[in-house]
Amino acid sequence: MPRVCLREPLKRLAGDRAEHELAGATVGDALVALEREHPPLDGWILDERGVMRRHINVFVNGERAEQETAVEAGDRIDVLPAISGGRR
Amino acid sequence: MTEVLVGTKKGLFVLEGGPGAGYEVTARAFAGEPVEYALRDPRSGRLLAAVSSPFYGPKVFFTDDPAGEWEQADGVALPEGGEQALQKLWILRLGEADGTIYAGGDPGVLFESRDGGETFELNRALWEQPTRPKWQPGGGGLCLHTIETWPGDPDRLAIAISAAGVWLTDDGGESWRKGNEGLRPRYLPEDTPEDEIGLCVHRLRRHPRKPERIFMQFHGGVYRSDDAGESWSDIAPGLPSDFGFPLAVDPADPDSAYVIPLVADMDRVTPEGRVRVYETRDAGASWAPRGDGLPEEHAYLTVLREAFDWTGEGEALELYFGATSGAVFGSGDAGATWFDAAPHLPPVLSVAAA
Repeated sequence: MPRVCLREPLKRLAGDRAEHELAGATVGDALVALEREHPPLDGWILDERGVMRRHINVFVNGERAEQETAVEAGDRIDVLPAISGGRR
Repeated sequence: MTEVLVGTKKGLFVLEGGPGAGYEVTARAFAGEPVEYALRDPRSGRLLAAVSSPFYGPKVFFTDDPAGEWEQADGVALPEGGEQALQKLWILRLGEADGTIYAGGDPGVLFESRDGGETFELNRALWEQPTRPKWQPGGGGLCLHTIETWPGDPDRLAIAISAAGVWLTDDGGESWRKGNEGLRPRYLPEDTPEDEIGLCVHRLRRHPRKPERIFMQFHGGVYRSDDAGESWSDIAPGLPSDFGFPLAVDPADPDSAYVIPLVADMDRVTPEGRVRVYETRDAGASWAPRGDGLPEEHAYLTVLREAFDWTGEGEALELYFGATSGAVFGSGDAGATWFDAAPHLPPVLSVAAA
C-alpha cells in the first residue's frame, strides 16, 4: 500500500501520526481513504467537490504529482502546503 | 473594559483596554492565517472565528479561551460531490434565537448554527434560489458579507451579497425575496432593467431601536431604507465620496450613521490623504467630518467592510476601525476625537468590539 506522509497541522488532525499506509491506485484514492480514516481531516486536503485544494502540493517519491497520479505499494506520498498559498 | 477582536491577514488579535487607558494585545490566535471575522457570543462567553486558510480552506472555529485550543465547527461546507466549493468566509453574526449564529461566505452562501457555533447547516433556500445562476461575483468574490437580524424576531433577516444585492426573509430563511428598489448602480448601463440582480452592496446596518431603518454603503452610493430593506433612498449628498465599505450606527439614535469614504472604486484610499469618518445625525440629510486625532496628511488608508464596529451608545459610544495598513483607531466619545488603539497590526480585515 502507498504511504501518505503529513506535516502539521494535518498530522495533528490525523491522530497525530505522520505516516499512514492506505489503499489506493492514485494519489486521490489514497487521500480519500485518509479522510475516511481520520474524519477531522475532512475538507482540509480535498474540498467538497473532491478536488485537491489549490495550494496543496503532493509529491510521489519526491516527484511532483497530481491527484490522478498512479501509485503503487511502497510509494511515499508527501502532502505539503504550497509556497504559493503564503502569498495572500 | 472593552474587548476588540481584530481579524487580520495574519491571525486574530484580542485587544483589551478602554478609551484613555490604552489597549493591550492579550491574545493572538491562528498566527499566519487570514482571520476574516471573529466575535464573542455574550450569551455563552464563547469566541468564534472565521478563518479562510489559503491552504486548507475556510473553516469556523470556537473556543472559550482565545489563547488556548480552538475546535473546528462542523457543517461549514457546500454539499459534497457538487460543482462548487466554499471559497471563503466573510462574516459571523449572532442570531436572535438563543444559540443561533450565522455565517456568510463565498459563493453567496449562508450557514446557520443553533447550538452556539458547534455545528452549522447550509441555508438551502438561498443556495437553491432560482436566480443564482445570474449572480455575479464582485472583486472579492461572490461574498455574502452582511447578515442583519431583527431585534426580537428571529425569523426576519436582511442579508447582502456582492454583487447579488439585498435579500430579505420573514420566515427564518425558508424563502427569500429581493430588496433592491431604488438602488442606482453607476457601473451598469442606465437602461438596465430594474430587476437586475448584479448589485454590489458593500455593507448594511440595521438600527437596533428602529429595525425598519437600514443604512447601506453601496459600490458608489450611500442609501437609507425606512421599510426594512424593501426600497432605498440616496443619502450620499454631502459626503466627499459615495464610495466606501464599512458603516456604523449609534444604537441610541436611529438617525445616526457613520461612514468612511474612499476616493472611488478605482482608487480605494481615503480622500486627500486624510482619514476622516463622516457622521450624520439627521438620517443622512447632512454629514459632518470627524477626524480629530486621525492622520491628517499623507494618509492613504483602505478600510474594509467588516473593519468598523462600535460598543456602547450615546455620548459613551465607542467606535473602532482598522485599516489594511495595520492601524486600528478608536474613539470613546462617539467620534468627536480619535486615538491609536493598535498602530502596528497586520492588515486588518475585521473589527468587532464589545
